[in-house]
Amino acid sequence: MTTVTATGTDARPGRPVPILASVATITARNLRRLVRVPTLLVFATVQPVLFVLLFTYAFGGAIHVPGTAHYIDYLLPGIFVLAIGFGASQTGVAIAEDLTTGMIDRFRSLPITAAAVLAGRVAADALRNLFVVALMIGVGSAIGFRFHAGPAAALAAMTLALVTGVALSWLNLLLGLAVRDPESAGLAGLFPVIILFFTSSTLVPVATMPGWLQAFAKANPITVITGALRALCLGGPTTRPALEATAWLIGLLAVTVPAAVASYRHATST
Amino acid sequence: MADPAIVAEGLGKRFGHVTALDGVDLELPAGGVLGMLGPNGAGKTTTVRILATLLKPDRGRAWVAGFDVTSNPASVRRLIGLSGQYAAVDLFLTGQENLVMIGRLYGLTRRQARRRAGDLIDVLDLASAAGRLVRTYSGGMRRRLDVAASLLAAPPVLFLDEPTTGLDPRGRLALWQVLSELTSQGTSLLLTTQNIEEAERLAGRIVIIGHGKVIASGTPGQLRARAGGHRLDLQSLPGQDPRRLADALAALATAAPAVDEAAGRVMLPVAGGAGILPEVATRLAAAGLHVESLALRRPTLEEAFLAYTGQPASGPPAEPAQTAPDTPGAR
Repeated sequence: MTTVTATGTDARPGRPVPILASVATITARNLRRLVRVPTLLVFATVQPVLFVLLFTYAFGGAIHVPGTAHYIDYLLPGIFVLAIGFGASQTGVAIAEDLTTGMIDRFRSLPITAAAVLAGRVAADALRNLFVVALMIGVGSAIGFRFHAGPAAALAAMTLALVTGVALSWLNLLLGLAVRDPESAGLAGLFPVIILFFTSSTLVPVATMPGWLQAFAKANPITVITGALRALCLGGPTTRPALEATAWLIGLLAVTVPAAVASYRHATST
Repeated sequence: MADPAIVAEGLGKRFGHVTALDGVDLELPAGGVLGMLGPNGAGKTTTVRILATLLKPDRGRAWVAGFDVTSNPASVRRLIGLSGQYAAVDLFLTGQENLVMIGRLYGLTRRQARRRAGDLIDVLDLASAAGRLVRTYSGGMRRRLDVAASLLAAPPVLFLDEPTTGLDPRGRLALWQVLSELTSQGTSLLLTTQNIEEAERLAGRIVIIGHGKVIASGTPGQLRARAGGHRLDLQSLPGQDPRRLADALAALATAAPAVDEAAGRVMLPVAGGAGILPEVATRLAAAGLHVESLALRRPTLEEAFLAYTGQPASGPPAEPAQTAPDTPGAR
């Protein structure tokens, strides 16, 4: 029988654990879960495809947006945000689960920086979102979607979508740590996305809405971000929409990152 | 290893209106094993969480291996292993993957983490399941994996919060064996448990904790002795009412006798040691009673525990001074 040694010299860490190594370890953990947990896999594959097809074929026949020849060109940039927003709700669920199962207790007893567990989650989300966006572009292309503003703008659009995902991941980490219960965390993550989605320019131009809703819809961050994505995908003036979107995202990150890290530092399972 | 493994002074912690800890003092010398006994809600887990840097105390201070847990948690975390009350393992990773992940987070290289994980998997009898997702594990296997995770970096100070809860007798014995080996090699261990046998078997010193306070501490032998004199066990003859034995000897008992009518047994707490036996014989003879057997013994740790914490299901906690009259050193 093997015996376990208490004093094995090579198994005793003498130095602080490098931040990037611990982030990479946590990222790998979340990517493994992503392909092994059925609901996570569905959120990352079936759902984005369904969104593209459902909205294109259910609404596309009825809606004609002035200035765009194909509804899918108008629709797809907004559907990026919707799919990423729905996927991000799983991040709140996951951190709440880690909290209730005691995983956070264990992580917090390890010699790693507080942000590593959260950053590793966000990094895994970003890789998932890269896959999700690529998948939607693939499916969209098959049914008529085209980039109209050149490869540099297309790349910028994908980057903006991914940064939006990063901000939403941090928001959902904060929500999951705040509500603590996995089911509530899922609802807390989805609710704002659903409300903001239907009151945004994702499906229809803001100009078609009643006056009282237009003011809200114009200020709605999903409208702002979708507007910037659309400008980068379809062409047209990009500077102002991109700046507005960037301002929203920086603001969101500036609030959620420190709040989530602070919340994590005090989180325990009961 | 000059610094004590654990020192706690006057730890206090409130959650809302609930006082979880009300001034806990502890000391564990380097290389020692401290068993923390207490009923549910006594404050054991809160104490462990403060010492493992997960919670900040409202008052009091604590040091682990010389480092202040509040002002220097990062240094403490490099020296501890923690296995909490519930198995904190990822259900969607294999056993092996869980351990390698924890090893990497302790700063081991991939090779070191794999080798160490492999050793622990063998020792904790998980080899046949190491490649399976933890989701397929039994509760006992998850528990053993969780303890393995706490041992990954060979920490000099180990916190185990009810480590054998949910283990079958074989798993419990195997874990006790592992822990005995570790502590004999110098690992300091703080163990919370509700299992008296576990505390007695592993711990050189025991603290009994109740309502957020240390209500007794000492070696298992000291606690048994302080719990009050001796216990007199009587087995009545078949067909005889054991209550008659209890009545005949009631004047000698220091607390209410326990009568088990179905088994025909009586247990009396008594003072005075073996010197009391002639008096017992005289009283039984005077009452015309005979017994099948009679034995005088020290209280078990279980009885000591009940004496200190009050009967488990009966209302408010007893004051230690009343239930254990001869407790000069008890705090």
